[in-house]
Amino acid sequence: MAAIKKASVDAVLVGFGWTGAIMGMELTAAGLNVVALERGANRDTYPDFAYPRIADELTYGIRMALMQDPATSTLTIRHTPKDTAVPYRQLGSFLPGDGVGGAGVHWNGQHWRVLPEELRLRSHIEKRYGKRFIPDGMTIQDFGVSYDELEPHFDHFEQVCGVSGQVGNLLGNMVAGGNPFEAARSNPYPLPALPDVYGAALFAKAAREMGYHPFPQPAANASRAYTNPYGAQLGPCTFCGYCERFGCNNYSKASPQTTILPILLKRTNFELRTHANVLKVNLTADGKRATGVTYVDAQGREIEQPADLVVLCAYQLHNVHLLLLSGIGKRYDPATGEGVVGRNYAYQMTSSVNMFFDQDKPMNPFIGAGAGGAQIIDDFHTENYDRAPLNYIGGAYIGVTQTGGRPIQQMPLPTDAPMWGSGWKKAIKDNYLYTASIATHGSVMAYRDNYLDLDPTHRDAFGQPLLRMTFDWKDNDIRMTQYVTGKAAEIAKAIGPKSIKVSAKKLGDHYDTQVYQTTHNTGGAPMGENPKTSAVNRYLQTWAVSNVFVMGASAFPQNIGYNPTGLVGALAYWSAKAIRETYLKQPGPLVQG
Amino acid sequence: MKPEICFGSAWRLGTVLVMVLIPSMSANSALEQAATPGSDGATQQQMEQGAYLARAGDCAACHSAPDGQPFSGGLPLATPFGIIYSTNITPDPVHGIGQYSFEEFDRAMREGMARDGHHLYPAMPYSAFAKVSASDMHALFAYFIKGVKPAPTENRENNLRWPFSMRSLIAVWNLLYLDGGEYVAKPGQSAQWNRGAYLVQGLGHCGACHTPRGIAGQEEAYDESNGKRYLVGAVTDNWFAADLTADFGTGLSGWTKDEVTDYLKTGRTARSAAFGAMAQVVGASTQHLRDQDLTAIAEYLKSLPPASGVTVLASPAAADTTTGALRAGTVGSRGAQLYLDNCNTCHHSDGTGALRIFPSLAGSEMVNAPDVTSLIHIVLTGSAMPSTKIAPSALAMPDFAWRMSDQDVADVLSFVRSSWGNQAPSVAANDVGRLRKATEVK
Repeated sequence: MAAIKKASVDAVLVGFGWTGAIMGMELTAAGLNVVALERGANRDTYPDFAYPRIADELTYGIRMALMQDPATSTLTIRHTPKDTAVPYRQLGSFLPGDGVGGAGVHWNGQHWRVLPEELRLRSHIEKRYGKRFIPDGMTIQDFGVSYDELEPHFDHFEQVCGVSGQVGNLLGNMVAGGNPFEAARSNPYPLPALPDVYGAALFAKAAREMGYHPFPQPAANASRAYTNPYGAQLGPCTFCGYCERFGCNNYSKASPQTTILPILLKRTNFELRTHANVLKVNLTADGKRATGVTYVDAQGREIEQPADLVVLCAYQLHNVHLLLLSGIGKRYDPATGEGVVGRNYAYQMTSSVNMFFDQDKPMNPFIGAGAGGAQIIDDFHTENYDRAPLNYIGGAYIGVTQTGGRPIQQMPLPTDAPMWGSGWKKAIKDNYLYTASIATHGSVMAYRDNYLDLDPTHRDAFGQPLLRMTFDWKDNDIRMTQYVTGKAAEIAKAIGPKSIKVSAKKLGDHYDTQVYQTTHNTGGAPMGENPKTSAVNRYLQTWAVSNVFVMGASAFPQNIGYNPTGLVGALAYWSAKAIRETYLKQPGPLVQG
Repeated sequence: MKPEICFGSAWRLGTVLVMVLIPSMSANSALEQAATPGSDGATQQQMEQGAYLARAGDCAACHSAPDGQPFSGGLPLATPFGIIYSTNITPDPVHGIGQYSFEEFDRAMREGMARDGHHLYPAMPYSAFAKVSASDMHALFAYFIKGVKPAPTENRENNLRWPFSMRSLIAVWNLLYLDGGEYVAKPGQSAQWNRGAYLVQGLGHCGACHTPRGIAGQEEAYDESNGKRYLVGAVTDNWFAADLTADFGTGLSGWTKDEVTDYLKTGRTARSAAFGAMAQVVGASTQHLRDQDLTAIAEYLKSLPPASGVTVLASPAAADTTTGALRAGTVGSRGAQLYLDNCNTCHHSDGTGALRIFPSLAGSEMVNAPDVTSLIHIVLTGSAMPSTKIAPSALAMPDFAWRMSDQDVADVLSFVRSSWGNQAPSVAANDVGRLRKATEVK
């Protein structure tokens, strides 16, 4: 029993990144008294991301000052149910954020929507290719929500973030220069696209000549001075090259801090408590209703926070962890395929093609933005080509995004370059300014034996079992990346560098936690229309306990090809709307299970 | 927490000593047993008006400590004579003003005399508040007695050096400098102008910071009748409060009335922003004023004639030279190099910053001001815009004291003051050193 019991509130938010900020805004606007519990520290543009201190690759890029500290809290990882999982002791493959703003501080700002087909993937594949096209063990599902339902929320979140981009499909009318494969948008992007970096311009030219359809990447890096619908202001991005892994010093990158917190933190019916580590959601004896949460504060005191409504807004992994620790929803069992919590964990498939140019093509890699200035083609992501002969489900976008030319992590070298000594130095000197990279970013499907549960051995600082991830690459997704990376390499060759270096996973490759991939972990609390295969309903409300909602990418039944933040934000606004318009009037299940 | 102060550092030790030689008056002669006349008659409307006026007077700025209850006092005000702590003005009967009659409140506000007859230090701008109308004073009283939550916060002893610890000296000061008298509308001026003058000279006590102080710390002018001194800009708490007259290039000559109201309402304009001590004023006071009052203030301020005659011209041709050179990377001076390394990311190579986000340095009145105190101060310590209702983002300039030497700051500011058409004199490293000492967080 917690020693201290706080006064009850209308809603408690667990975690204070993007979805916590969105839910805080929406629920306080509905008149609720809201408390947000964030396990990390408070952070703001000043002083935490102040120029020029933040441009410190060693502190933030390598030592990960803004990320979760695995010495305090981590998870264990293994490839198959037969293996013994070991703790993820050093951040590598993915980087969960820590502190106010969460990963919304250190993201790049790639601000995508979703393809309508991705939201109803199983139905779509079965219809187009037949049921038998889905391989055994692949457990893809429909999200249970449609693109049209989410469209106003995508639009609003883009307005909030001041996204820079070029519309391709405005209300069904095709607009030159945008993505011709995108679903209809009700509005253009709030800001025009940032100018292309040189490598992106070369990519777009070559891609266009090959018959593809390049367009500027939608970027939550403001191209102009901007005021969002809440009145928060963004400054124009200067391509400083310190976006990913860093907080933005220039108020240019959309984050909870730049877009929502100046308003939310002043609301009198909102309270933020930092250094509050939530241990579990408390339930009534029959397990049907949440009574609040228990957390440990900075002084190590266990505190109970009663609440009528509990919204899990932590990172995907932590949301699933909390559901498992709290006993909300049936745990997933890979042996039977039954159970919903921990089910359908998925990840992201990426590859790259480095291009090394002669000295007549200076790429100036230090001119970088997290998402802006990039050119993309969606030709191998969308439904415009036939997967049947290729034998895979999914896809990836291809493009040139130049995020920076940092001295430790962003100095790629040709394959034959020496790895150390004066030869290495010469190779760096010869190549640093003249290197660009084409990246592919694609989907990973859900599989019966890729899942999350509790580790039987390892415990965290609070004595609770760690989350355990069981995950490995599957042939379907590797076939996808092999094909798409081949297309990327063709474009690279057409651009005409003096050499290229292709890095893509091959059949038989295993998941390597040491190599950065993306911080786009998904699933584990999938949304859907069937309570037997989903943990939350189409409004992100848990089927098991109707006053617990779960935000974030844990709701993705499988991963999409795009970066997830746009969809995560839109789903949070979608869920908030259902809470405000329906749930609060009559608390209870929004969908009968 | 750095103490904020509300009155001039132009107070000078030597000059005030003169006052000691003047025979003092009894401070206690006015002690009386006043029966509290019922404030029960206070109407809701009066209380609301009082709350509004308390905002206009920014009473909370000085009378609230950072973590304290509003109006419970305790904020240390650093003065050249020592520390003065603001007092509890909540209606607490023991520590606050709960036992004040209206007449006692009125006397405190206009004459700087407490209920027990002791003199208030003129850190309390009663010389300005004397201009408040009787009905507004009644409204303020109604609000402070009925509308404010009492706080049993004990007042702190001031920590002033002798002879400044002798309150009796203030009586002499009052004799010499306290003009008294409610604001009298100026015939021949519009109602709007008079309303603006009333607010600026009275509750707004703008002159407390923006008017230079004389030999005994008195403001050198209390209205526009002394146009050469009134609101011509002054240094307060290591910030230079801007010249609000129509001085060309350094005052408000280039500002439209809409820009003035925009600034007071949001803490920023298309090309400028509130910072330093003014950020607090906008955040706590002016943003809450009604549009017609802000317009009246703008009307009045914009009527002030140029005071100094100093003219700083911005030449468009020169602007082109700087921008082109910075963009080409042909850095002609240390200052230009420092600008590229430290300032360019927000203020940009053309010195115009970004609309409502990063203030323009090109043609900025503060950049070109004869007094460089604010310029140096903001580079050393940084400063944030106020978070206002309309513009909630408290956009901040970071601090550079840890990174730039006195010479660096002098060089970069000299560059900024002579670029994009700015034509102000250079900045000396000595001045930077002095400000660095004065603004260091202890």
